[in-house]
Parts: sequence; structure tokens; C-alpha cells
Amino acid sequence: MRNTFAIAGVVLLEMYRRRDFYVLFIVTVLITALMGSVTFFNDARIVRYLKDVCLFLIWASSLFIALGAAARQIPAERESRTIFPLMAKPVTRGQILLGKWLGCWLACGAALLVFYIFFGCVDMTREHQLPLINYAQLATLHWAMLAIVVAMTLLGSLVFTAVSSNLTITAIVVVAIFILGRHLHKIALGMNELNGTLLTGLYYVIPHLELFDVRSLVVHDWPPIAWGIWAIAVGYAAAYTALLLLASWLVFRKKVL
Amino acid sequence: MKTARPYVLLLGLLLVLCAGLAARLDCWFITWPGNRAQTLDPLEVMIGTGQKLLAPMFFREADVYFHSGYYPSIFDHSTAFRTEHIAADSGAAPDRNQGDEENFLGPPLDFFDAFSRHFYPSVHTHLDSGGAESAFEPELGGRSDGQVREILPWLRISAALDPDRAETYVVTAFWLGERMKHPHEAEAFLREGLRHLPGNPQLLFELGRIYFEQDHDLTRARFIWQAALNSWQRETGDKPLAEKLNRANENFETRFMYEQLHTYLALLEQKAGNTNAAIAHWKQAQLASPEPEAIQKHIDALEQKSGSGNPSADASR
Repeated sequence: MRNTFAIAGVVLLEMYRRRDFYVLFIVTVLITALMGSVTFFNDARIVRYLKDVCLFLIWASSLFIALGAAARQIPAERESRTIFPLMAKPVTRGQILLGKWLGCWLACGAALLVFYIFFGCVDMTREHQLPLINYAQLATLHWAMLAIVVAMTLLGSLVFTAVSSNLTITAIVVVAIFILGRHLHKIALGMNELNGTLLTGLYYVIPHLELFDVRSLVVHDWPPIAWGIWAIAVGYAAAYTALLLLASWLVFRKKVL
Repeated sequence: MKTARPYVLLLGLLLVLCAGLAARLDCWFITWPGNRAQTLDPLEVMIGTGQKLLAPMFFREADVYFHSGYYPSIFDHSTAFRTEHIAADSGAAPDRNQGDEENFLGPPLDFFDAFSRHFYPSVHTHLDSGGAESAFEPELGGRSDGQVREILPWLRISAALDPDRAETYVVTAFWLGERMKHPHEAEAFLREGLRHLPGNPQLLFELGRIYFEQDHDLTRARFIWQAALNSWQRETGDKPLAEKLNRANENFETRFMYEQLHTYLALLEQKAGNTNAAIAHWKQAQLASPEPEAIQKHIDALEQKSGSGNPSADASR
């Protein structure tokens, strides 16, 4: 595991030097501040629209960071040929892959921490309350979802030749799952038997990223999810991440660099 | 040693030249017939009248907030949400909703569907009856109109995108004035609507309601509603009244407005003690009402009470 952590540390350092996060954070702060400065009908207690906008920006930024970070890892190493001295060291391909994934995931976690602290401050200044359990569930489920996205993007970076094509295809898949994932089986009900069965199969196979999106529960002040349910969701994310990392390793193991 | 003075002067000269040129060009651009930027609003410049297409989306978002996020998607059974509940509850639009609004999701289709319902709002609530908290702690339920404020930003945005949509002003004024008890903000918003839609009967009706229900100013309410009736007459054209109110026609909203105006005028006259005028207005409301029998019973009761034989003489007030 030491090798894996060492690679993850390098990835974290690289992410720390990149400007993506800083730009996205500043944009999020500016847009939220701008929206927060608007008063509707002289009522300063209106807050849900602000939480909604802020969370949307956080989710969009985090996806941007996760996709951008993970998609470049292995292609950049290959292009700059630094992958050869790396592999000359006593590390396996599996450890490299796991290290890359862990580094990206931890970097996403660090970014999320800053984003959610900002969100908490915004909410506290307007609502004068801090539902910590709801925030903890929202942030952890968000982070768990990013574990799947990072693993999916790493797999894409091994399958597709160009970074741009990987980024585009993975982004489309992620957005499509967010929009349609929950409804595929309903759409299948209106189809003929063959198409319906295929679509239902797809519904069960895809990683349901939308499951981790509990923003509307937080925005509209719904009570927290039961911890047992939360744990199952985290386990679901762990299982899919492991599956995608295993698939990535199977591709990477045989790949000619 | 070279002095920097000439460069500073040159820089100053260039700045003055640039500012002068910009001011000159700006004047020319504003008066140029090919200038498409009629306004400084960036949204107007970028998408122009296309922004009107977005207005209903934001109006619906207000209804989503009213339900604390519990709302059908295009893939769900949405017959119970055909008319936005914020509009139906305010009386701004005829209620076309049918079916079970409490359970549009239906029973879970599979174990995954059942599991996923823990992660999004899946219980029907309204903000004016406690919102999300009331779903799990019923003792917190009941009337709590304060939370309704959360729908206001979306209604404001919807009105900004399409200022010619009367429904947005009416719905906003209802929730602001009647439920949140902010009649002055409601009145100001309706007057803003009237600047875009002068003489609109719906807006005038809602303005009259504020004077009637919040300010208890019967005289102003009567004048406003009479003006709304005149506008309604103008808008509906020169056709005979029977044709305008014919139930076979696709004129639900026209009839609805006529009925509402006369019903409220009747209530106003009742409150003012003008029973004959009230009866005359009830009779007019009866012409457009889907339940004329119920109104007839009310008229009978009023006639019995007043002992009046010929109310029509007082109706021309």
C-alpha cells in the first residue's frame, strides 16, 4: 500500500498546483454572492433558491474537477514518458492505477471540503442554522459518487485514445445517468418486450449516480436519511468503484505503453 | 538621462483620444438603425423574446418549491399537476388537475426504485401547511404561510423573463398579499404588471381583492372591479353576453373571470349592505358558473332575507 499512497501523494501535489479548483471556487463564490445580494419583495429570509444555486455550482465544479483530473493522469504520463521510470520502480500496474484513483479522489475530497465549508457559511448567514447531519450526508454521498466518476474516467482514459474524447464521452454518460438513470425502467414499460428488457437490463447495470444526489433533501429541509440507508448507498458506490477499477486494471495490465 | 514626461503626456493624449472616440461612437451606435441592442439587459440582448419561453419553466420551479421538491418529471404520471398548484390554489387559473397528487410515483416498480425513494422528496407536502417537516412530524403541520416566501424568487424571475404573462403577477400577489400578509408588496407587483398589461381584468381583479380583503376599502375595490368588468367587455369583443358565456365554447378562462368578478362584487355589495345590487351580481355570476344551482340557493336566501321583489333596478350601480 505504501507505493499506492506515494503515487496518490504525487497526484495530490499535482492537483494542488493546478488552477482548476481555485478558478471554480472563485466563480462559485462570486455567483453565489451575486445571487445572495438580490432581495426579493423586501424579504431577506428567502434562502432556498440560494442554497439550490450554490449546490448546483458545487456539483458542477466537482464533476469538472473529477473528470479533468482523472482523464489526464495516465495519458499525461504516457505523453511525457514519465510512466517508464515510474514502472521501472518496484510498483505494479495495479498499484499505479489505485494510486492515481486514490490521489484524484482525495483531491476531490479536499475540494469538496472547502466548497461545503463555504456552503455552510452561506446557509448560516441566511438561515442561522447548521443542520450538520444533513450536510455530512450530502457531502459524503457526493464524495462517494465522485469515487465512481473518477474510476469511470480512469477506465475511459485507458480505452479511448485521446483525452478529449474520453472527457466528452464520460461527461455525456455521467450527465445522461443523472437525467435519465432514475427513469429508465419507466421508459422501458412503454416499449416492446425486447427493447423493454434491454433497457431494464441497462437500468440495473449502470451505476446510479443520481442516487447520491440528495441536494433537494437539503435545499427543502427534509429530515436526514436513515444511516442504514446511507451506509448501503456508500457500499453501493464502493462496489461500483471496485468493479470499475478492476476493469481498468484488466485493460491496463495488458496494455502496450 | 531621458525624462519620462513625453511618454506620460503621450499616454494621456492617447487616453483622451480613446475616451473621445468611444463617446462619439457610442452616440452614433445608439442612433444607428442597425443597432439591435435596444436595451442594456444582457439577457434581452442575447436571446431577445426567446426568454419568454423560459418563463413558464421558472413558474413551474416555483410550484416545485411549493411542494418542497416533490414533483413529477416528464416520465411520471403528471395529470394531478397539469395546473400548477400555486396557481390553482390562488384561483388565478382554472384547476385542470385530476388523479392522485399524493401518490403520483405509484407503488415502487422494483427493489431499487423503492430504495432510491429515500434519496429524493417522495412525500406530498405544501409549503403553506408546514412543508417537508410536516411530512414526518405532523404536529408541526397546519397553516404556516411564512415558508411560502421560498417560491417568490422563481416567480420574480418568471415575471422578469415574460412581463406580459398576467398569471405570474396574479399568483405572486395572492401568495404575497393574502397568505404572507404583505399587501403593499403585492399591490406594487400588480401595478408593475399593469404597466406591462394596462387594463388587464385579471390584474385589476386581484388588485381589487387586496383593497377588499386586506385594506377593507370597499369603494376602491368596487371601482377597480367595475374597471375590470369594462376591460373584460372590451377584451371579449362585441358579441352578445350569452355567446361569450356559452359553455360549449372553449372559453373557460373568460367565463371564469366573469364569474369571479361578479361573485366578488356580490360579496362586496353584501358587505356594504346593498342586498339588491348583490343579488344582481349573483345572477350575473350564475350565468358563467359551473354550479348555478348553488348560487340560486344563495340568491333565494338573500331575496327571502331582504324581501325584495325586483333587484334589477339596483344592479346598475
